Amino acid sequence: MGNQLNLFPENASTFANQVDYIYLYLLLVCAIAALGVVVAIVYFAIKYRRNATHTAIQQVEGSHVLEITWSVVPLLIMLTMFGWGTWLYMHMVTPPKGALDFYVVGKQWMWKLQHPTGQREINDLHVPVNQPVRLTLTSEDVIHDFFIPEFRMKRDVVPGRYTECWFEATKIGVYRIECAQYCGTKHSQMIGKVYVMSQADYQKWLSGSLGAETAEEAGKKLFEANRCDTCHKDAPDARGAPLWGVHGSKVALRDGSTVVADDDYLHESILHSTAKVVAGFEPIMPLYDGQLTEEQVLQLIAYIKTLKAKPKETQ
Amino acid sequence: MSSQAAHISPGPERSDRPSYLTDGHTLKSWLLTFDHKRIALLYLGAITVFFSVGGILALLIRAELFTAKGDLFDSDTYNKLFTLHGIVMVFFFLIPSIPATLGNFLIPLMIGAKDVAFPKINLLSWYVYMTGGSMAVMVIMLGGVDTGWTLYPPFSSTYSNTNVALTAMAAFVTGFSSILTGLNFMVTIHKMRAPGMTWFRLPLFIWAHYATSLVMLLGTPVIAITVLTMAIERVFHVGIFDPAAGGDPVLFQHMFWFYSHPAVYIMILPGMGVISEVIACFTRKRIFGYPFVAMSSLGIAIIGFIVWGHHMYVTGQSAYADIVFSILTYIVAVPSAIKVFNWTATMYKGSVSMDTPMVYAMCFMGLFLIGGLTGLFCANLGLDVHIHDTYFIVAHFHYVMVGSAMFAYLAGLHFWFPKITGRMYPEGPAKFGAIIIFVGFNLTFFPQFILGYLGMPRRYHFYPEEWQVLNVLSSAGAMTLGSGILLSMLNLGWAIVAGSKASANPWMAKGLEWEHASSPPITANFETTPVVAEEAYNYPAQLPSPAAHH
Repeated sequence: MGNQLNLFPENASTFANQVDYIYLYLLLVCAIAALGVVVAIVYFAIKYRRNATHTAIQQVEGSHVLEITWSVVPLLIMLTMFGWGTWLYMHMVTPPKGALDFYVVGKQWMWKLQHPTGQREINDLHVPVNQPVRLTLTSEDVIHDFFIPEFRMKRDVVPGRYTECWFEATKIGVYRIECAQYCGTKHSQMIGKVYVMSQADYQKWLSGSLGAETAEEAGKKLFEANRCDTCHKDAPDARGAPLWGVHGSKVALRDGSTVVADDDYLHESILHSTAKVVAGFEPIMPLYDGQLTEEQVLQLIAYIKTLKAKPKETQ
Repeated sequence: MSSQAAHISPGPERSDRPSYLTDGHTLKSWLLTFDHKRIALLYLGAITVFFSVGGILALLIRAELFTAKGDLFDSDTYNKLFTLHGIVMVFFFLIPSIPATLGNFLIPLMIGAKDVAFPKINLLSWYVYMTGGSMAVMVIMLGGVDTGWTLYPPFSSTYSNTNVALTAMAAFVTGFSSILTGLNFMVTIHKMRAPGMTWFRLPLFIWAHYATSLVMLLGTPVIAITVLTMAIERVFHVGIFDPAAGGDPVLFQHMFWFYSHPAVYIMILPGMGVISEVIACFTRKRIFGYPFVAMSSLGIAIIGFIVWGHHMYVTGQSAYADIVFSILTYIVAVPSAIKVFNWTATMYKGSVSMDTPMVYAMCFMGLFLIGGLTGLFCANLGLDVHIHDTYFIVAHFHYVMVGSAMFAYLAGLHFWFPKITGRMYPEGPAKFGAIIIFVGFNLTFFPQFILGYLGMPRRYHFYPEEWQVLNVLSSAGAMTLGSGILLSMLNLGWAIVAGSKASANPWMAKGLEWEHASSPPITANFETTPVVAEEAYNYPAQLPSPAAHH
């Protein structure tokens, strides 16, 4: 901070050093390659410059050995870049078990965030240090992008689907959350702050915020308030598909195909219920598009996830 | 390879027949011409206008970014400025720049033909371009558009309150001029080559344009469909891309980049062709590894079609798709590397003359190195997560599109200026302009790599104050770059009117356009159809004595 000519943002997550090492490796290799070519160009331009004494030209037709060398060697070096980058990326897209589940909803031009314990914030995000945090992201309007430079972490926030990312902050401090995908008038002011706190301070912060309910609890209330249980009930004459243990399972549809009932499918089936109807049921569920906010859909899905499969109730 | 003693013809004596410039002086003789050379000049005029508009927009953007606060324009205006800058520069300058001007002018001359295969379609393509261009001008007059040149829905199709549909239609219409030009070039190169002009005797400029035409023909219809469906969604509210209507916004990005990544090669391949010609002439050498340079153009064009997903690493597409696109992107870097190594090797034991076109070509090589090598950073999955959608990307693609494509365009304009106009430009100001442009360009875009790594997202109107120093450097560079371009344009403009008369082959270059056509060429290009009996760039081992040309 303060120094106006930094070349790197601060390192504040477990990814940051890894990304910087790849960056430095590529810088080194590319600088050597570029320097080699530029030196050759300048040297030839001087040594073979046209003047009165230098009139003979030696035509050199080409060399298969050289062509193969300068194709294969760069390719091999680039494969090391590819391998390292891919290894890190797979780590970046695989949240560890036990990560805290946060929800992020982007809308023009603010960030709405919810903690695993239910607390909600706008444009501020408080997280504990040295603790993996998994974000599930969606948008209420256009495409946004959730970017924290100090964490070297970025993910698009796309309407109509869920994306996911995670980080583990390593340094207590305050960092900028930026929207990195152009989203309209105030794109450059869609800025949030992430507060990385010690575990103790985070617990204190959580207890200081008032009677929040968890996403699951809120979802259960919504489920009852919208009378979802009238049809999605545990009875042979139920008019809605059973939801017990449905999350993550394969579901047969009316048109004969099957889908995996993941977050995206549940999201679609709540808002656009007639799109993919479960086999054995009629497309009679009302459309909740426009009736529920993205946060409410997230809460409903969180609740549906808690409905465990009952024995002998497999459909 | 050829055994006969190589020599260079100083070109034909000035003919009694009128040159293409004096063959008709009425406006009608220009606006209804079927002569590929006149059509090239019609394109040159229109493209220069669009280039100037795009350049002024760029200067306005950089003027705003002098300060961290958005205090010169409001955010909506700023968003329109960078959107229009992108659309004008990509669709109305970079894509047609070299093919429609130098390509149109030179392809028939280089292969020994009287004209392109379909002269009337060639004229039609200019009118189509002008129709699309007029629609773009209408967009500006009606208040602009604010979607970014990438036109991503659902912002473009549902949320923006600007002239999105008209912009989409302008891009749609202009696309057809690209398709017609690509078709014309491809047929011309296949069917109109002079006797003895075999495929592997073709100048590398022709190979580059052949590869470009392939991309124009196969890629452009996809962008046409993409922007059209987006416009249909916007106007008729059909759910294609907007999830609120049952569409998929990521589908648009797949379709958009399926064209728009290969479009980068439409911009850069013709430039690579220009550089091959210039380096051969000013080192008096056959291009080292000619068949590899020729085939690498085709390799770039073909592999370039299957790397589009590297624009979408952070959209949430499958991680396995990301991996495939990453490795393909590294592979497409190989043919580009082959070209740079071969150009460098061409200078070895040559006779290097630092005339203005060669100065531009050497700048091109340096800038293309940086543009290409930083592409390896963007291709890297783990690293791209951080630099994606930041100024690092902005710097990277400006090194490719301006540092490479525009420098190649300027190299070509200076190189063939005597052939096109029959006059010579003053060398001093031309070289000075080139150096100002080079310095200004690097000052503009090099700081942006650092800004991007620090985390400054692109398309930001406001930015934190700690980034102001680098932004001021960049803005100062843009003003320098702008003055260099203005100086060079004025220099060439002056030379069109008052430059000294040029001989048919002032550079003593190999090639049918220099050795068999006068400067400027007659309407039919050649007095008699040339017969080709040697390889391309068959430069003699001794420099021509100064007395040999006049």
